[in-house]
Amino acid sequence: MLRRRLNRWLGRDERRVDSRTICVGHRSSSNNEAFIPPKFCDNRIVSSKYTVWNFLPKNLFEQFRRIANFYFLIIFLVQVIVDTPTSPVTSGLPLFFVITVTAIKQGYEDWLRHKADNEVNKYPVTVLEQGRRIRKESEKIKVGDVLEVDEDETFPCDLILLQSSRDDDTCFVTTASLDGESNHKTHYTVPDTEKDLESLNATIECEHPQPDLYKFVGRMHIYKTDQEPAVRSLGPENLLLKGSTLKNTQTICGVAIYTGMETKMALNYQGKSQKRSAVEKSINAFLLVYLCILVSKALVCTTLKYVWQNKPGQDEPWYNEKTQREKDTNLYLKMFTDFLSFMVLFNFIIPVSMYVTVEMQKFLGSFFITWDKDFFDPEIKEGALVNTSDLNEELGQVEYVFTDKTGTLTQNNMEFIECCIDGFQYKYQDAGTDLDGFCVTDGPVNKVQHKAGREKEELFLRALCLCHTVQVKESPEQGQGQRDGLMDQVDGLGVDGLGADGEGLHPPPQEQRGFIASSPDEVALVKGAMRYGFTFLGFESKTMKILTRDNDVERYELLHVLNFDPVRRRMSVIVRSKSGDTLLFCKGADSSIFPRVRQEEVERIRMNVERNATEGYRTLCVAYKHLNAEEYAQADAGLREARLALQDREEKLMAVYNQVETGMSLIGATAVEDRLQEEAAETMEALQGAGMKVWVLTGDKMETAKSTCYACRLFQRNTELLELTVRTLEDGGRRREERLHELLVEYHKKAVQDAPAVKAGVTRTWSSANHDYGFIIDGATLSMVLNSSSESNSSRYKNLFLQICQNCTSVLCCRMAPLQKAQIVKMVKNSKGSPITLSIGDGANDVSMILEAHVGIGIKGKEGRQAVRNSDYAIPKLKHLKKLLLAHGHLYYVRIAHLVQYFFYKNLCFILPQFLYQFFCGYSQQPLYDAAYLTMYNICFTSMPILAYSLLEQHICMEVLLDNATLYRGIAKNGMLRWGPFFYWTLLGVFHGLLFFFGVRYLFGNPALQDNGQVFGNWSYGTIVFTVLVFTVTLKLALDTRHWTWINHFVIWGSLAFYVFFSFFWGGIIWPFLKQQRLYFVFANMLSSVSAWLVIILLILLSLLPEILLVVFRKPRGPHAGQLSQEGLLQTARLHLSHHLPIST
Amino acid sequence: MMASSYNAKEEDANHPGAANHAGAGVVKSKKPDNTAFKQQRLPAWQPILTAGTVLPAFFVIGLIFIPIGIGLYVTSNNIKEFEIDYTGANIDNPCYNCAKNFSWNSTAQCVCTVPFTLEQPFESNVFMYYGLSNFYQNHRRYVKSRDDSQLNGDRSALTSPSKECEPYRKGEGSPIAPCGAIANSLFNDTLQLYHIDSNGTFNEIPLVKKGIAWWTDKHVKFRNPGGNNNLTVAFQGTSKPVNWRKPVFELDPEDPENNGFINEDFIVWMRTAALPTFRKLYRIIQKKPSTTPTLPSGKYFLNVTYNYPVLSFDGRKRMILSTISWMGGKNPFLGIAYITVGSICFFLGVVLLIIHHKYDNRNNNADIPN
Repeated sequence: MLRRRLNRWLGRDERRVDSRTICVGHRSSSNNEAFIPPKFCDNRIVSSKYTVWNFLPKNLFEQFRRIANFYFLIIFLVQVIVDTPTSPVTSGLPLFFVITVTAIKQGYEDWLRHKADNEVNKYPVTVLEQGRRIRKESEKIKVGDVLEVDEDETFPCDLILLQSSRDDDTCFVTTASLDGESNHKTHYTVPDTEKDLESLNATIECEHPQPDLYKFVGRMHIYKTDQEPAVRSLGPENLLLKGSTLKNTQTICGVAIYTGMETKMALNYQGKSQKRSAVEKSINAFLLVYLCILVSKALVCTTLKYVWQNKPGQDEPWYNEKTQREKDTNLYLKMFTDFLSFMVLFNFIIPVSMYVTVEMQKFLGSFFITWDKDFFDPEIKEGALVNTSDLNEELGQVEYVFTDKTGTLTQNNMEFIECCIDGFQYKYQDAGTDLDGFCVTDGPVNKVQHKAGREKEELFLRALCLCHTVQVKESPEQGQGQRDGLMDQVDGLGVDGLGADGEGLHPPPQEQRGFIASSPDEVALVKGAMRYGFTFLGFESKTMKILTRDNDVERYELLHVLNFDPVRRRMSVIVRSKSGDTLLFCKGADSSIFPRVRQEEVERIRMNVERNATEGYRTLCVAYKHLNAEEYAQADAGLREARLALQDREEKLMAVYNQVETGMSLIGATAVEDRLQEEAAETMEALQGAGMKVWVLTGDKMETAKSTCYACRLFQRNTELLELTVRTLEDGGRRREERLHELLVEYHKKAVQDAPAVKAGVTRTWSSANHDYGFIIDGATLSMVLNSSSESNSSRYKNLFLQICQNCTSVLCCRMAPLQKAQIVKMVKNSKGSPITLSIGDGANDVSMILEAHVGIGIKGKEGRQAVRNSDYAIPKLKHLKKLLLAHGHLYYVRIAHLVQYFFYKNLCFILPQFLYQFFCGYSQQPLYDAAYLTMYNICFTSMPILAYSLLEQHICMEVLLDNATLYRGIAKNGMLRWGPFFYWTLLGVFHGLLFFFGVRYLFGNPALQDNGQVFGNWSYGTIVFTVLVFTVTLKLALDTRHWTWINHFVIWGSLAFYVFFSFFWGGIIWPFLKQQRLYFVFANMLSSVSAWLVIILLILLSLLPEILLVVFRKPRGPHAGQLSQEGLLQTARLHLSHHLPIST
Repeated sequence: MMASSYNAKEEDANHPGAANHAGAGVVKSKKPDNTAFKQQRLPAWQPILTAGTVLPAFFVIGLIFIPIGIGLYVTSNNIKEFEIDYTGANIDNPCYNCAKNFSWNSTAQCVCTVPFTLEQPFESNVFMYYGLSNFYQNHRRYVKSRDDSQLNGDRSALTSPSKECEPYRKGEGSPIAPCGAIANSLFNDTLQLYHIDSNGTFNEIPLVKKGIAWWTDKHVKFRNPGGNNNLTVAFQGTSKPVNWRKPVFELDPEDPENNGFINEDFIVWMRTAALPTFRKLYRIIQKKPSTTPTLPSGKYFLNVTYNYPVLSFDGRKRMILSTISWMGGKNPFLGIAYITVGSICFFLGVVLLIIHHKYDNRNNNADIPN
């Protein structure tokens, strides 16, 4: 932690120096004599926290940084140093136990990290040094070394690719272990470097290490003996990251630029910030209250002690003289030690064991999520994954659900549905009756049989074939058979469907063709083109080959790729055809294409696009442009220059892109279907029924997202949509800002001010006829709202926006950049009442919001595993969210809330009699209970029942919870851990404590309690109180238990039996190691007294009486759904079962 | 008693065999086990507390508690108890002089005589207690000031008592036996009871000192060092507690079985009281074989050998005569508590019944339109 902070600090410090300079192969150029190679860190990866030597002190330090552990340590030290009423063992033993267990666990984890580190650090690598190949251990690599890496090896550090064994100067890399994306990525060698690395004399100038995996800016100066140094730009496509694996390429050579802890992987390794649950915050608040109680108790006792001692004869009567040391002690010091002694005496009110039990409950409880077979998805053969068990209970508190659309609400299983060329609709028919399967125009909208010209068709299909970054997976026939067998698992979707669809149309080899791409729509489009007869055959050193309908192979030289990015929302390629024409093909979202094409073409296609969008398809528009030589030269120069820039490269590139992609002509549009996830609608309905507000945050366009929302029943037919998008802003024809203001105020009036004043949570159900509002906002408008020009407006708009959103049942935010998603989550998270938020998503673009929200849920989808890795919980399908929240979350919350309250309660009524006893023993810190009881109370006698309860309790059974989503509202807003319930439990604890103490006190008005006239002493007093205590708190839990499994029975009755057995045993023997035999036969003698029995029974019954009454009285008055008569619930459960029975038999 | 349902949820009737066969051999399926425990479907008993189930319980509790309470109350009331303060704090008290002239060093014993009258005869065994007030036997410094291994006859502890005994650990160079503040402050007043019969003659009432301490204490917890023969030798090298008049092996010269650490008065004293006002069993007056009451009504006097000062800490000393029942000494608390709780339960039962009845009606009415 310290080091990390130090690193970060140093890193920031270093960043002031713009860049680092590296000599390739440590050959400093002649004209740079004075150049002193700077020192970089070595290539050792250290992820472990401890060494053998510093483990003990460091681990202890880490552990005692936890406030609770530190508190217990202080108490223990006080007990050791000061003469305190209880022996240090009583608090030392539990603390020692906790610390040891944690240390062992952390030590083991660190040992595993050491092992993993060593594996990486000792891995042999090949270094080229003065023409020789030297095998070295990975940790000895220095910045500037030239390394050789073979196929299927992982890169030992961040490298700049200098040479590849492939003849097209590329290499393929998979970053599966870095970001989980298993596709192959192409990386390029630095252009125009010499083939002979020996004579290469170059320096690399690059930025300082940054954690962003996808950003890299650098420059390479190549010095040749007789020429000006040549400058080449370096970008992420030249950088091979440590941790990724070389694929499909025999060997590469590269120069190390970032090593060890400065590699991008290591920089990304920094752990996620820890999320804390609301329950934990409540615990801390309660702890503070109890700490206050503790301190005030100690203060009261100390004060009263000195007041009492002031009376003559009380402080030191003749029968009870002080030792010489006591007499010599300074009065104030004595007061202080007295205070500490009282603290120690009462410190059991904050028990060590609560932390242990809470941790155990969370850890063990999370197994139920992984074990749940309902979360098992047969498709991916995986169940749910729990990355952190700290947030189990938070699942029961969710108020806002932020969901991604693509891959989360929808399946992200793209299928090419139709296209529109030049305004004519083409729909592919599966039946394939038509000979070439194309040219069928039977759109439901325009029945008229039209056909665009063949030329246009082919242009469109060529565009589809060329404008992408898809790679062809090399098929087994082309050699390297064994290796591809492994890759089959990587991409299943490329091959499916082709066999059936393309049957009989194409020569057999192409049926095996698989495509690899970062986005599934690209594959869908290429496959779509393939159905219509245009097949993309792959790259051949910067040349794209396509097979046309007439079985001709056409070659296009790929000149530039203008990459896709979410801001531009389009991508382009510039290719040169055989005939020498330079063409630019561009595809992208309609909103980003339409302004850049000739307007007369737009209208014909727009209709189709909008229709497709309302049907829930993802639409893309395709445009092209002829570039004449002059235009191309200009674009080429601009692109090259921008790529070389070290600073603001992104911005410069963007400017060039925008400049190039203008004046295009629209050829057509495509529609790709993305099906809804299974039970998406039911899940959403259930979540809304549970009182959660569902917000869809998507990068997709509004129409598509809206239709998905309707399909998911997030918007209902009667939902009134409040739209705040660029389109509505431009409606009025006035300035956007003004219009924005106007709309915001109008919507606010509608949704907030005119809304009925009833509390939404109580009366409104999801099916009610009340007016539902849905809110739609897009990215551009959102940024206007959030970053309004004037400061005062900004906060005002934000407020209005939030209020509107909070009064809407669902909100749809479309056209969101990943960062905006996180921004929205953050805004809601920090809004009034700080609601608990949950983000669910499957892709890398959802990571930011997953990390931002209180609970992040990853879906084990198709878009890589990054979301899963960064999530707190991962589930295979969206539909599992319902059970995760409504059943598991609800139960976990109830369990842990009860656990926490019960723990405080049972320790309050444990310690209160001890406190009261001080008033009767001259404030002398005399413990009421024996040391064994003090120690064992929390560890043995009362710990197991509550642990079993907190793992097994189902106050309402799961089926009912799933069927009645409204039950979730009963525990909303941390309902069981607010001050009200806490006050109730505290009151109960005080009542019980008073009852225990004074009940026995009045019994001891005459201590002759045995039928032979013998009297009981103080230890009998304590034992009677303790017996009542143990039985009452255990039976109180038994009363609260609604779900008695055999484990509950065993543990509850077992711990009572254990208490009785232990007390007999403890009092049955003269223990040689004990200084005082205080409890010798005290328990047995107590049981021989009828009065003791009677008082025990009476007190237990009297303590539980109010509890029973409350249970009975509360039910009929239960106003809202959370307290439905449980009988009714059980009946529904039974109905549920009986419904199932006939089916299963 | 409780409306309960035994809700054994049946396992889902899927076909695990088929599913497993498909995946078996190829990939090890990570499918979670379908066990009742892991799926949180353990059969469970789900008791529900409702007015209907609690009502009878309340009545039953009421019906059981009230008789017990009445029984306890009557029993407690039937116990005869007589208490007399002989501290001598007031000038009209016969022990005033003894209390006032008390000095630790005086060798002469001060005896005072306290007359009293029993209005009612005491039947059966009568237990004689001494009671002390404002005496903090439960003070921490006091409670811990003892050495149980020494009292258990451990020889090494006899010669080097525990540090807890400070400042009553060593006296005049040799270890104190028994050490500690508790032992040092052993109650050492001697009480004798005389009955003045109708003729005016004084009859000393025989006081039995056997059976006043717990059996286990007397026979296991407290042991003399080196057996019971010749305690003088066994305690050689130790000195008596500072405030004692005679060493521990001379506590009861008449009965060797009641001497040394196993002296019952000593054992009783060593069991520290729970509260600053307490009583301890002093003697037992056995009932007579004849039908005459153990202590007939009439005039008595108590002969006190006044050795134990309490006025310095504003304490009081009492002598208590009490008969004992199965519930112990006289204490009306239990009886009253039982009667109260029983009545409350019964009352609540009635209230609940009314509410339940009304609520049920309302419920039924509400149900009809549905």
